[in-house]
Amino acid sequence: MTFRDDVKYQESHEWALKDDDLVIVGVSDYAQDSLGDVVYVELPDVGDVKKKGDSFGVVESVKAASDVYMPVSGEIIEINADLDDNPSNVNDSPFDSGWLIKIKPSDPSELSALMSAQEYKTYTEGLED
Amino acid sequence: MSSFRFDSPIPPLLYEISRTGRRAVLLPESDVPETPLPDHLVRSDADELRLPEVSEQDVVRHFTKLSHANMSIDTNFYPLGSCTMKYNPKINEAVAAHPGFAGQHPLGRVSDTQGALAVMYRLQHMLAEISGFSAVSLQPAAGAQGELTGILMIRAYHESNGDTRRTKILVPDSAHGTNPATVTMAGYETVEIPSNSRGTVDLDALRAACGDDVAGLMITNPNTAGLFEEDIVAIVDAVHECGGLVYGDGANFNAILGIVRPGDIGVDVMHFNLHKTFSTPHGGGGPGAGPVGAAPILAPYLPGPVVTRGGTDDGDYRLTMPDRSIGRLKSFHGNFGMLLRAYAYIMMHGADGLRAISENAVLNANYLRVLTERAFPVKFKRTCMHEFISVGSVYDGVSTMDVAKRLLDYGFHAPTVYFPLIVKDALMIEPTESENRETLEAFADALQAVADEAQSNPDLLHDAPHTTPLRRLDEVSAVRNLVLRYQR
Ligand SMILES: Cc1ncc(COP(=O)(O)O)c(C=O)c1O
Repeated sequence: MTFRDDVKYQESHEWALKDDDLVIVGVSDYAQDSLGDVVYVELPDVGDVKKKGDSFGVVESVKAASDVYMPVSGEIIEINADLDDNPSNVNDSPFDSGWLIKIKPSDPSELSALMSAQEYKTYTEGLED
Repeated sequence: MSSFRFDSPIPPLLYEISRTGRRAVLLPESDVPETPLPDHLVRSDADELRLPEVSEQDVVRHFTKLSHANMSIDTNFYPLGSCTMKYNPKINEAVAAHPGFAGQHPLGRVSDTQGALAVMYRLQHMLAEISGFSAVSLQPAAGAQGELTGILMIRAYHESNGDTRRTKILVPDSAHGTNPATVTMAGYETVEIPSNSRGTVDLDALRAACGDDVAGLMITNPNTAGLFEEDIVAIVDAVHECGGLVYGDGANFNAILGIVRPGDIGVDVMHFNLHKTFSTPHGGGGPGAGPVGAAPILAPYLPGPVVTRGGTDDGDYRLTMPDRSIGRLKSFHGNFGMLLRAYAYIMMHGADGLRAISENAVLNANYLRVLTERAFPVKFKRTCMHEFISVGSVYDGVSTMDVAKRLLDYGFHAPTVYFPLIVKDALMIEPTESENRETLEAFADALQAVADEAQSNPDLLHDAPHTTPLRRLDEVSAVRNLVLRYQR
């Protein structure tokens, strides 16, 4: 299980990475592992504006369909359209080719409030039982 | 040379064995003048249609072989949690096949269909009596459609009170996926309520979510973890106090027949799955039926037509639309054949018999829970209702799916897997009342054997099933690459 440590995490298992003035968002390795083989990813429209905690899409696997939630508020600037044809990228490479959306954050301080890799790791250990 | 394998347990498709001109039936020569179809009704792609042309014997062998390749409640124990795969008594079929019923036409005159209407009327009343509701509509075709019915009724109720601020429906995180799907289809927004560590609704979280924007709550009791929501009265009160209404998902009604009446607890509207609780076919054998019962404040909104009594020249029974009905949900009178079967089942059992069904369903589940606990730990260590949740992934490198697939080799249908979502790697086991002690014990032995193999020879599980007509199916490509019809 990888807990990449240059990204931030939230409790609903999304990661967020600052990339200049944008924030890239995906689901964690832990999340893709519990979901199992991802078969479909539903993403928002570019230009949508959403608040932190809003659902922005759905990741569907053979086991379950899970909503994914905004780690920070802002406008959707880009979506990973490649996932339409290659949803398995979420499993194979959750932190790279499996990214979901890029957000232009309206309140950059929201990012620093998220969990560090270590905090998130401890949090997931608490979920095991 | 034939290209077909005659030793294969899966027969070739009828399309593949089709030969031009082969027939199962020879129709007599027409002795009436031909009346051509109007042009606009004639298919232009008639050549493309190419229906299979086969002999009667080809058809019989095809379907008989397919039935041998199948697992069904008539052949194997089927502990599919949340689905209540109980035995479907054969007398149900005899009743449904009775020419007086089977020969009816849904557009038959009311005066000519009094018998059928009487059955519907009595079934409405029996379901109302069993559940504590004031009225029942038999229209919906399944549980999920019953849910949509109920939420549309709640919506119509608020709208008729001019109360349009309410946009949210509360749904516990243990709910079946059809609950949030229903909320969305009805134009509402789902607010998920977390479960507590005992596997039931977190009452404080529920209370905090109640407010004047809440249209209602959808609750399953017993819930999908097979646990009775002990706070149900406080839960219902909290929702009512904020002006919301309560929808009961009746999929688990098999646990409480003759013991608890949801209407008495304050549930405002609920569906019944006749194809679960009331023994009509389920799982490929359907169609289903999902009647909806309502408390007095929602009864006027029930979909129709419903059957009522009272003097017209056509007879005692007639079809009426409730006052403020949300309309029709289904063509004609719902799935009438299923209504007949459920009616037969209820009449056959009577009030005491229904109670005994639930008592035995709960007893069987608890017996099996204790028998299997050593092989696969049970998630919530407490007395369960009609089903329980085990964790399937306790042995290194072996997944819940591997366990489920290996059980097939032992001649058992697999339990429900990976549901409810609140339990990681769930195996959801529901034996139902119709299984005897020997079967339950044999199933527990099989689970123990699978647990032993998981430790001694995990590859046996990874490659399972070994003995079924088809080996492990590729679920990922099946979903990613949907093929829904025969392609030449
Ligand atoms: C708890 C629960 N609710 C609703 C449903 C939906 O019922 P149906 O399959 O009849 O549409 C099911 C079906 O399994 C269920 O288990």
